[in-house]
Amino acid sequence: MTQPRKAAALISGGLDSLLAAKLMLDQGIHVEGINFFTGFCVEGHTHAIRNRDKHKPKRNNALWVAETLGIKLHIIDVIEPYKEVVLNPQHGYGANLNPCLDCKGFMVGKALEWIQQNGFDFIITGEVIGQRPMSQRRDTMPVIARESGAGDLLLRPLCARLLPETKPEREGWVDRERLLNLSGRNRKPQIALAREYGFDDYAQPAGGCCFLTDAAYSKKLADLWENRGEKQYDLDDIMLLKVGRHVRPKPNMKLIVARDDGENNFLSGYKKRFISLFALSHCSMARQTRPTWSWRQDWWRVLVRAGMPMR
Amino acid sequence: MSHHQLDARNLLCPMPVIRAQDAVAKLEPGDVIDVVCTDHGALNDIPAWCRINGHKVVDTRDLGREVIITIEVGTSD
Repeated sequence: MTQPRKAAALISGGLDSLLAAKLMLDQGIHVEGINFFTGFCVEGHTHAIRNRDKHKPKRNNALWVAETLGIKLHIIDVIEPYKEVVLNPQHGYGANLNPCLDCKGFMVGKALEWIQQNGFDFIITGEVIGQRPMSQRRDTMPVIARESGAGDLLLRPLCARLLPETKPEREGWVDRERLLNLSGRNRKPQIALAREYGFDDYAQPAGGCCFLTDAAYSKKLADLWENRGEKQYDLDDIMLLKVGRHVRPKPNMKLIVARDDGENNFLSGYKKRFISLFALSHCSMARQTRPTWSWRQDWWRVLVRAGMPMR
Repeated sequence: MSHHQLDARNLLCPMPVIRAQDAVAKLEPGDVIDVVCTDHGALNDIPAWCRINGHKVVDTRDLGREVIITIEVGTSD
């Protein structure tokens, strides 16, 4: 008996990648998931920081998808190489600081390296033509295949019948007729398919799975670059931008005001890492004493925590 | 069989999972590793990762600020 062909599935944790991988499993393909951690992902830790949805168990959606499908998942740290994508996107940014086209090309390129190292045959993604304004258009999807180097080893099962044949289809590894022809932003077909498969607890992030698509987050990142005088970041920078309300009294000073206990705890975790961290109560800051702003230190060495929203 | 320890404190998920995954990849089946984390999300994520990838969680301890998850490495396939 011949060994089944092997596909690496880019798993974001959302519905589309879940369905794309499921379609391949249904065709007898051996599928393993890859999830890239860029630092900007709206995942695990983000839920852990905030107190909202306390009653819901926190989970990593990519792990949930893998477990639901019964496949392995490899989570890969791409924080360092991803910086080039964010700092110098060849195709520019979208509505915010989201370099979606460069990002998808980067991830498919990394997946290509992974399949070459691990003896896999092709890559699948949950992309759908017309679903995203930048990276999932009929004219930009071939750009991703070309610039990533994946070429016809990149198969998009949810819209494959609207695209030229790929090697897995041509070679008969997968049956093109059993692939889909989805297009556009309408999610109803995916939701119906999920129901058919019995998937009912999948993640539906309102703003996608990346903080760079968020206007408020992008504004804070742009502010960081502007006031630092250089377009750079490290992991702590981009993590802290996810938390609290941000106030910049001076170019070299930043206040981060926590909005709840979860954010307080998160910020307190930086106590050991920075030489100056002042944790003030909301009352002392707002009602009793006014900060002197004499702490003119590196912008985020001062973290103010408060139990109530700052108005 | 050898016993190891991984310091994943002050890391937010999924970083503790990634560190555990990278550490486990260097171990032999039957080896045991204690993963020490401060992000309580690891109590969900690391066991989920273990279930998916064929490893066994033999113990989890919640010490308040820190949690320790003990993994026994399974066979790769």
